[in-house]
Amino acid sequence: MIEIAHKVIADQSLVLAFAAVGALMWISAMVSRLLFRGRIHASAIAIMAALALAWYGGIITGGKKGLADVPAFAGLLLMGGAMLRDFAIVATAFEVDPIEARKAGLLGAFALLLGTVVPFAVGAGIAWSFGYRDAVSLATLGAGAVTYIVGPVTGAALGASSPVMALSIATGVLKAVLVMATTPMAARFMGLNNPRSAMIFGGLAGTVSGVAGGLAATDEKLVPYGALTATFHTGLGCLLAPSVLFLIVKALV
Amino acid sequence: MAIYGTALLALCTLIGVALGEALGMALHVKANVGGVGIAMMLLIAARLWLARTGRLTPGLKLGVEFWALMYIPIVVAMAAQQNVLAALEGGPMAVLTGVVVVAICFCLVALLSRSAGAHHD
Repeated sequence: MIEIAHKVIADQSLVLAFAAVGALMWISAMVSRLLFRGRIHASAIAIMAALALAWYGGIITGGKKGLADVPAFAGLLLMGGAMLRDFAIVATAFEVDPIEARKAGLLGAFALLLGTVVPFAVGAGIAWSFGYRDAVSLATLGAGAVTYIVGPVTGAALGASSPVMALSIATGVLKAVLVMATTPMAARFMGLNNPRSAMIFGGLAGTVSGVAGGLAATDEKLVPYGALTATFHTGLGCLLAPSVLFLIVKALV
Repeated sequence: MAIYGTALLALCTLIGVALGEALGMALHVKANVGGVGIAMMLLIAARLWLARTGRLTPGLKLGVEFWALMYIPIVVAMAAQQNVLAALEGGPMAVLTGVVVVAICFCLVALLSRSAGAHHD
């Protein structure tokens, strides 16, 4: 019996992940309907539950990949990895209205620039208030507040210390998790109910994972518009943080 | 045939990601610059062309739309593999930065989307 289970777990990891995610979404739909009378979106509950499970997975395995470190759920790595995530995001563009997308184009680009500079400044400012004084650490910690990829890329380019890199990544991951979890609650406040505001949101909130998760939990139809701008976020951050923004920090300290 | 749709999606994704890598290299950036966004624009263009020439068959649409529908389950799987523990254990500085940055960004979204709405409507 146990032998069969082991064999299935080893050979069918992706199929197991499909079944597990399906079950989680079914439970979330029930919770949404019965407990919240549909006021909280089933996808939002599923994403929160997945984050909670990722936290639990980290506790019981001590690994870095959340629930996917538990052998039975290793298939989540492939299912929720960057390859299939990007593939599915591109697929959502099939329903995009090109006219709407073009209308918000310039505003989206402006939001994108703000979404890089503002988090960087806030991150570097808070790092300063916590006693960091060297330009390399300040820039790395500021970059981590942009996305969790911009942080380590900037840190590696500037030669930041390992604890600073780890802190920078932690900041970026926390930002993505916060965006995923709080977007549905803040959606009304942000006026997040049309393609234009979704593109602004994608530019400002950054991180494809955060925006993708947050919009999926708010309104599926807005996902492609947010993703359209968010996809440039990490690239722009990796471009500006180790260069222009670092030089500004260096000039200031 | 559904596979035509999935293959079209794959082609757009591959070209987009490759162009994003090329853009990153040209800009001397260690990241993919807008690969997914370029792929999305390619797919939008492909759809317009297919519709105009009458080649947008139900089978082809199904091959793309299935993946669009799988998007949320994939995001749930993505959420389940985040290093949430490390994010929460990053200490007060990481938590403070994360919360402040998200709050400010959300306020800016509210500001920009409202002002934009006022201009256009």
